[in-house]
Amino acid sequence: MNDKVIVIGGGVAGMTAAGALADLGMEVLLLEKDTRTGGHVKNWDRLFPSRRPGREVMDFVGKSMGSDVEQRCNVIVNSIIRSDDGFSVQLENSEPVTAKSLVIATGYELFDAHKKEEYGYGIYDNVITSAELENIFMEGKKLTTHDGKTPARIAIIHCVGSRDEKVGNLYCSKVCCVTGVKQAIEIREMLPGCEVTSFYMDLRMYDRNFEELYYEAQQKWGVNFIRGRLSECAENPDHSLVLKTEDTLTGRPLKLTVDMVVLLVGFVPGAETRRIAQMVGLQSGADGFLLSADEHILDNSTTVPGVFLAGAVKGPACIVNTIADARATALQVKTFLSSQNAV
Amino acid sequence: MINFGYKIMRDESIDLDRNDMRIAEYLKLHEPSIKLCIGCGSCTATCSTGHFTDFNIRQVHTFIRRGEIKRVKKEIQRCMFCGKCQLVCPRGVNLRNVILTINRAIEQIG
Repeated sequence: MNDKVIVIGGGVAGMTAAGALADLGMEVLLLEKDTRTGGHVKNWDRLFPSRRPGREVMDFVGKSMGSDVEQRCNVIVNSIIRSDDGFSVQLENSEPVTAKSLVIATGYELFDAHKKEEYGYGIYDNVITSAELENIFMEGKKLTTHDGKTPARIAIIHCVGSRDEKVGNLYCSKVCCVTGVKQAIEIREMLPGCEVTSFYMDLRMYDRNFEELYYEAQQKWGVNFIRGRLSECAENPDHSLVLKTEDTLTGRPLKLTVDMVVLLVGFVPGAETRRIAQMVGLQSGADGFLLSADEHILDNSTTVPGVFLAGAVKGPACIVNTIADARATALQVKTFLSSQNAV
Repeated sequence: MINFGYKIMRDESIDLDRNDMRIAEYLKLHEPSIKLCIGCGSCTATCSTGHFTDFNIRQVHTFIRRGEIKRVKKEIQRCMFCGKCQLVCPRGVNLRNVILTINRAIEQIG
């Protein structure tokens, strides 16, 4: 068997890892359960912090795979059998495929906003998620309320499904803060007459140019920021929404009527990631994301020789970090296979 | 001597070196979940009493943690124990027991 690697998952992490592995001379097979590659990012119109089109990054990682990577979409992994010289991956309705090494890049899922029932997602017509808002931008549609009116006021709710023990997710999803600021700007850009108010607990502008984007949202776009976690959302007969929070900086309960609510949904470990992890015997952390061999120095390897991780299987990550991580994973795979061949 | 009206003003800043931390210490010992508070204000937002009076449970707790306990004894009596705060707390703080524990601390300290 030559140095063949199977990458499971064709999002940004999997595509980047596959491209990098091919560049390093590996024979690569990329498996994707969806009808096409691109993961979550293919559904994202513009990317923080510069608001460049997501398509540009998608095109880049797509091209990085070149023609050397064999891609198979619409495939379901049924089981993975480990042998002395590698892995045999059993596929649904298809012959098994074999490789010396596996890269798990099955990513994450978005938090199901129905679980925060008090926010009214799926109950009230004008409560949408950040992913749905992005989809509206992507399709170039005009942002309207459910009954077609131009909204005069929109609220953006941070930390939906993140930092919330009540839904079992203690962790911070990292990218929602800056996504919320980006989307607030984009709403103001599309509808200059629409007021935008963000409800947050902390604004975690941790990376380069994030704080600058927050600054721009205040200075140029006049986005309002209120420090308080949304307690509940209720609907008026005219389908507008009443939000209740504490304005923690004045120390008083606050209510605000808006036409639409955007819920910034966080990352959750994917069901597919859990299923694949079980097949190869990988452990998850308390947060449900997969554990690497060592969080600092072996973060791309696992405790199972020959199995490697890339991207958001290890927890919430932005695109920059995911790409860097996937490239590092490719290098680790190469090192592993070289050491195997030397034996 | 001419009285120009000058006087010595009392320092109104929170003095963490001198403040009375006894309620805070008692509370952290007997209801440790309070240590998880991140001050998000969900409790106050949903508080039945807080909507009709200036009672603010997040703020009362913050004052306790800073040792500013002068008004706590009177303030804490206003809670109606409906428990809505506990339902919305994203950190799972046992708020009803927080109130009971603050009352017990006040009893002991006098």
